[in-house]
Amino acid sequence: MLHLVNRSPYASTSLDSCVKFAKKGSPILLIEDAVYGAMAGTALEKKMESIMKDFTVYALKEDLLARGVTNVIAGITEVDYTGFVELVEEHKPTTWT
Amino acid sequence: MSDVSKILIMMRKAPYGTIYAFEGLESVLIMGAYEQDITMIFADDGVYSIKKGMDTSAVGIKDFSPTFRVLEMYDIEKLYVDRESMEARGLTADDLIVEAEVVDTETITKLMEEQDAVLPF
Repeated sequence: MLHLVNRSPYASTSLDSCVKFAKKGSPILLIEDAVYGAMAGTALEKKMESIMKDFTVYALKEDLLARGVTNVIAGITEVDYTGFVELVEEHKPTTWT
Repeated sequence: MSDVSKILIMMRKAPYGTIYAFEGLESVLIMGAYEQDITMIFADDGVYSIKKGMDTSAVGIKDFSPTFRVLEMYDIEKLYVDRESMEARGLTADDLIVEAEVVDTETITKLMEEQDAVLPF
């Protein structure tokens, strides 16, 4: 199952809930404000790295660009809209909002 | 192919601050009317949607919590509550207006993986 997260991890527990309930090894795609969680050099970087031990984390390139997030944590895969569609084709999606 | 889909409704929001919880309930009633195989999970603030003892008369909002009790009539009987969310909010199964099975996180993870669709509210 593909887990979409669309809220900033600074403002919402969506990412925490996603990580709590998602099956280990599942892909997590950060979109919209959730992409702030993908930024390197933040208070959340360590937490993201720990999440990445259990999940494959992606971030939507268009939303990163829109928010000026250029320094993405190493190991997070950037995908564009086409990549987003490919992930949805491969996995049943759900959203944590 | 069967016309029945396995659909999980993930209720994660408190009842009045946003429209999510009400919409989740409406959706489940519609899908129940079409005899879909529904599972409903109450986690995080979603647990508050089924808390006993609400009285919204003074705030001018309809208390829709009694509607959860009629889900049974639509054959929607698979209701689960995330134990950790419930306990973190100082609630027990006795505080809930419906008979929902209190389960661990692992059970919810497993239930989610079994579905044709998982819809967030």
